[in-house]
Amino acid sequence: MSLIEVRDLTRTFAVRRRSGRLRRSPSVVSAVHDLSFTIESGEMVGYIGPNGAGKSTTIKMLTGILVPTSGEIRVAGLAPSARRTDLARRIGVVFGQRTTLWWDLPLRDSFELLQKIYRVPHDRFRRNLDEFLELLDLGRLLDTPVRQLSLGQRMRGDIAAALLHDPDILYLDEPTIGLDVISKGRLREFLRRLNAERGTTLLLTTHDLQDIEALCHRVIVIDHGTAIFDGALGDLHGQGGSTRTLVVDLVDTAPAIEVPGAVVRKVEGPRQWLSFPAGASAAPIVAAVAASYDVADLSIQEPAIEDVIRDLYSATGSF
Amino acid sequence: MAEVSTSIVAPARNYVDIATLWVRAAWAYPGSFLMMAFGSLLITALDFVGIWAMFASIDSLGGFGLREIALLYGATGVGIGLADTMIGSVERIGVYVRTGRLDQMLTRPVPLMVQVCADQFTLRRLGRITQAGIVFGWAATYVDWTPSRIVVAVVMVASSTVIFFAMFTGFSCIQFWTTDASEFANAFTYGGNTLTQYPLSIFPREIMVGLTFVVPIAFVNWYPCLYLLGREDPFGLPQWLQFCSPVAAVASLAGALLIWRTGVRHYTSTGS
Repeated sequence: MSLIEVRDLTRTFAVRRRSGRLRRSPSVVSAVHDLSFTIESGEMVGYIGPNGAGKSTTIKMLTGILVPTSGEIRVAGLAPSARRTDLARRIGVVFGQRTTLWWDLPLRDSFELLQKIYRVPHDRFRRNLDEFLELLDLGRLLDTPVRQLSLGQRMRGDIAAALLHDPDILYLDEPTIGLDVISKGRLREFLRRLNAERGTTLLLTTHDLQDIEALCHRVIVIDHGTAIFDGALGDLHGQGGSTRTLVVDLVDTAPAIEVPGAVVRKVEGPRQWLSFPAGASAAPIVAAVAASYDVADLSIQEPAIEDVIRDLYSATGSF
Repeated sequence: MAEVSTSIVAPARNYVDIATLWVRAAWAYPGSFLMMAFGSLLITALDFVGIWAMFASIDSLGGFGLREIALLYGATGVGIGLADTMIGSVERIGVYVRTGRLDQMLTRPVPLMVQVCADQFTLRRLGRITQAGIVFGWAATYVDWTPSRIVVAVVMVASSTVIFFAMFTGFSCIQFWTTDASEFANAFTYGGNTLTQYPLSIFPREIMVGLTFVVPIAFVNWYPCLYLLGREDPFGLPQWLQFCSPVAAVASLAGALLIWRTGVRHYTSTGS
C-alpha cells in the first residue's frame, strides 16, 4: 500500500455571491475536483499550481484539518479527518507564512514542549535536536524568543520543530517564501539530506520552481482542483508547446540556417538560435547543422520550467 | 475503565505541560507578572468596596445583610476567577480561526480543547481569586458551619467553576460561525457574574427562572448559599434545588462540550 493514497477526492465550498443590491445567492464552488494520486514512501514530490488552484485545500484534507466532500484519502493507512490525532504523530507540517512555534517563548521551550506533546523518548529527542541544531545552524538561537528571530531563522526553527518526532511525512507549504538565496540553498540542502538519510517523504507546495528543480523528481501540477500533470520533472518539459533551443556559433556570419525539424529564432553575427520541440531529439538536428555548416561551438538550452508550466496552465484555460 | 482513565490522564498532562510553559514564560518578567496580579487585586477590591459603601446607607438588600451578600459575592468571584484561569484562550477562538492558528493546533496529537484552553495560560486572575477568597472567608465567619454545610460549600466552589467554564467555552463556540463575536460569551459569563453578586430576590421572578432553568447561573452561588445560610427560598422553590449545583454543572459542561464538538465539526467541514 502506498504511503499516501488519494482517490476521486472532491471538496466543494458553499459560497454566497452578491446577485443583487442586497440579495446574495448561494452557490457551490469546487476547490478540489476528482483528484487522484498516490505517493510512495521516500518520495519528494512538488505540488504546484497557481493561487487558488486547490493546493492548500488538498494539504488541509491530507492532514485531517478539512473533511473531504467525497472521495477517499489514506495517509499511512489512516483516514485523516477521522483519525486526526493519531495521524498527527506521523506527520510534520510547516506553513511558510506562519509559524507553528510559540511566538513569545524561546525556541528551547517550544522544542521541549513538543517533546512532551509528542511523547518523544528523551535520548531520541536529544539526538534529533542536536542533529537539527547543527544542520540548521540553530544552536546560538536556542534561547531567543521566536518573535525576535529573522524569517529565515524562524523557518529553520519551524522545520526542526516539525521533525523532532521523526514523522514519516513532512508537508511543507511554501517553505522558502521570503528567504534570501543563501538561506534557500541551505534549506534545500537540509531537506535533501533529510530525505536521503531518514527516508522522510516530502510533499511541498511552492511558487519557487527552483525548489522543485533542486529537490523533486516528481511534480504534480494542479489547476482548477484537478491534476493536469503528474510525473517526472524531466517529462514536464515535453508537455504543452514548450521548445528547446540549440545555440549555434558558426565560424563566419551566415544567412539563417536551414535544417529540417528546427526554426531559426534569432541571428546575431555568427551566433544563431534555433528552436525545436522539447519532446524531439537534438541529435539529428545537431548532425544536420554540423554536416552543412562550419560550426565553432554548440549548446542546448532547456526550456525554463516557468514557461513550461505557463504553457500547461494556458492549455487548460487559466491565467 | 483503564481506557477511560488514560483518555483523561494524557490530555490533563498535556494541559499541565503547556500551562506550565506559559507560567514559566510569564515569570521571565517577574516584575510585570506581579504588577498584573496586584493590579487585578486592586481593581476587584474596589469592586467590593462599592457594595460595602452601599450598605452604609441601607441595612439589607432584598432581605439579605452585608455578610450574606459577601458570601454570594465571594462564591461567584472565586468560581469565575478559577474558570477564567482555566479557559485560557477560549474567548479568542475567533482570532485563532482567522489567523490559521487553529489549523496548526489541529495538526498536533492533543485534543483541540486542551490546546486552546492551555494556550497563553496566565495567572493574571490570581488577584481576583484572592480578593474573592478573602471576601468569602470574611463572610464565612457568619455561617453556622455544620459538616453538611462544609460539603455543600466545597461542592459549590467546584460546581461554580465548572458552570462558568462551560459558559465561557459554550458561548465562545459561536465564533466558529461568526468569528467576530467574542463579546457574546462575555454577556453571559461576566454578566452572570455581576447578577450573582446580588441576592436574586432583588430581581423579578422571570430573571430567577431564566437563571435557574435556561442559563443555570443561579446554581453558581444562590441556591447553595441559601443552604449555607439556612434560609428559605424567597421565591418558595423546594429546598432540594439547593443541592443541585453539581447536576447543573454536569449538565452545562455536557452541553458546552456538545456545542464545542459541533463547532469544531462545522469548522473542519467548511474550513472557515
